[in-house]
Amino acid sequence: MSGGVSPREAYGKILVELGRENSDIVVLDADLCQSTMTKYFAAEFPERAFDCGIAEQNMVSIAAGLAASGKIPFASTFAVFLPGRCFDQVRMSVVQSRLNVKLVATHGGISVGEDGTSHQAIEDLSLICSLPGMTVIVPADAIETAQAVRAAAAQEGPFYIRLGRPKLPLVYTEDYCFEVGKAVTMREGGDVTVIAVGIMVAAALEAAEELGREGINCRVLNMPTLKPIDEEAIISAAADTGAVVTAEEHLEHGGLGSMVARIVSRHRPVPMEMVSLKDAYAMSGKPAELLQRYGLTAKDIAQAVRKVKKRKQG
Amino acid sequence: MSESAGLSSTASAGNVEAEVFYSVEDLGAVARRLRRHIVTMIGEAGSGHPGGSLSAVEIVTLLYFKLMRHKPADPQWPGRDRFILSKGHAAPLLYAALAECGYFPVDELHTLRKVDSRLQGHADRTHTPGVEMSSGSLGQGLSFAVGTTLAGRLNAESHQVYVLLGDGECDEGQVWEAAMAAAHFKVDNLVAIVDNNRLQIDGWNCDVMNLEPFGKKWQAFGWHVIEVDGHDFAMLADAFTKAKLVKGQPTVIIARTVKGRGVSFMENKAIFHGKAPSAAEVEIALKELE
Repeated sequence: MSGGVSPREAYGKILVELGRENSDIVVLDADLCQSTMTKYFAAEFPERAFDCGIAEQNMVSIAAGLAASGKIPFASTFAVFLPGRCFDQVRMSVVQSRLNVKLVATHGGISVGEDGTSHQAIEDLSLICSLPGMTVIVPADAIETAQAVRAAAAQEGPFYIRLGRPKLPLVYTEDYCFEVGKAVTMREGGDVTVIAVGIMVAAALEAAEELGREGINCRVLNMPTLKPIDEEAIISAAADTGAVVTAEEHLEHGGLGSMVARIVSRHRPVPMEMVSLKDAYAMSGKPAELLQRYGLTAKDIAQAVRKVKKRKQG
Repeated sequence: MSESAGLSSTASAGNVEAEVFYSVEDLGAVARRLRRHIVTMIGEAGSGHPGGSLSAVEIVTLLYFKLMRHKPADPQWPGRDRFILSKGHAAPLLYAALAECGYFPVDELHTLRKVDSRLQGHADRTHTPGVEMSSGSLGQGLSFAVGTTLAGRLNAESHQVYVLLGDGECDEGQVWEAAMAAAHFKVDNLVAIVDNNRLQIDGWNCDVMNLEPFGKKWQAFGWHVIEVDGHDFAMLADAFTKAKLVKGQPTVIIARTVKGRGVSFMENKAIFHGKAPSAAEVEIALKELE
């Protein structure tokens, strides 16, 4: 997990750019602007930055009030607190109200590391994807993060963007063009499709390399938008490759795997395996150690591909 | 002025450029009409919250028919004063006021809580013209009002933001997060009104969850506190005038009210927090409100 570029840093920087372009952009934080990186925006636009203190529920409803009067609020804190701490505020003040609030949660998943289970959001995507009308994005690297934040600012409606704590290797180059609701084919292959989000995209590409040497050709899809999910890409993948593996840094329940399974089972039933967190909390430890312990590495993805390929051949 | 005709004519489209859109002399008559609407529509719906709707009638009447600048023909007019109903179960009161102002036909009040109605069981901004915020999950309105006020400040608009809370609602921790934030951000064009009818679903506030010393709590959170009789138009009007003069801090008007006010058998009865009157009870109530 060393090296790479910080998606949080990319978030902080793009917010400043957006702030310069549009005076309606406002930013809220809950005493974590040093970690969420909204500090850059606050430094340049103090009159448009509102630190709400350690009061996430209040922050979300204040953001809704700002949006109701035409502002474009970006509200940030850790993914355990957003939506966990303020789910009802997100539900009522923002989503049911169809207000133009952008929730950007950082420190998602177990790669938070040493802070332990209280700070490892492993249920947030299940919660947030349950809300009708919410758009949910999990970027795979810093480049996609900046573009997703820009897209959220440009598109009317509530957004949830989940970022992690560690720096990540870049899986994209600057000429990449993110589109809300569209899966991205990272690599072509005909034997199995691996659908991944967030930090698991780089791992999926690494696994595909390894499998290629064994003669197994993987299609790798990045699924940055979890909601509305790209059903067409999923159905084509199932049809073309006859087997699907999902990979995510989230509980199996209600995450990418569940969503893909729902579509595959309805439209094109094929064998599936899910690389995800099983029904348990993790613990403190170094991010790389935890990802290994809980089965979220390139090796785990490769193993799942071999298994699903066997099932496909029956 | 006749019982039903006068107000909608004041709201005619030709009048929308005026500073003050309503200046109704006989607020008492309006209040009585709103009470009749509340009792009738909840009775017809067969469910709803009469007690806390009736207790806040004078507050809402004074705001919508005397103090607030708003344009019923243009509910999203950016210059409007905002009224945010945080105690969303008092939706029938808000609907009655909005209908009488001309936001939608008075006849529509009969559709309350029915399938496909614009008048949902709790206030819902996605359904009803003139409703600023979706509420019903208590405790969120004051925060929303702070956000609205901050947006007004950034837009250099001079509108007032009014938010109506229940006293039982102040059990919610978020109310106090918002109270702290409002004082911290020095939003002085924000006025919170607490409908202090002293009752909540399970009984008296002091038995369910004691709020006292209530005024001192707001004061300690940095608010200017005014306590008045919430059924006395003159005292309420005076309180709103004083609130406008307060600079550098938000104001809360703690309005002492009677739950179920105006209908003898509902007054001070917790059971009528969330129970509809029967057809016979509606008849008796309407007689009392003639």
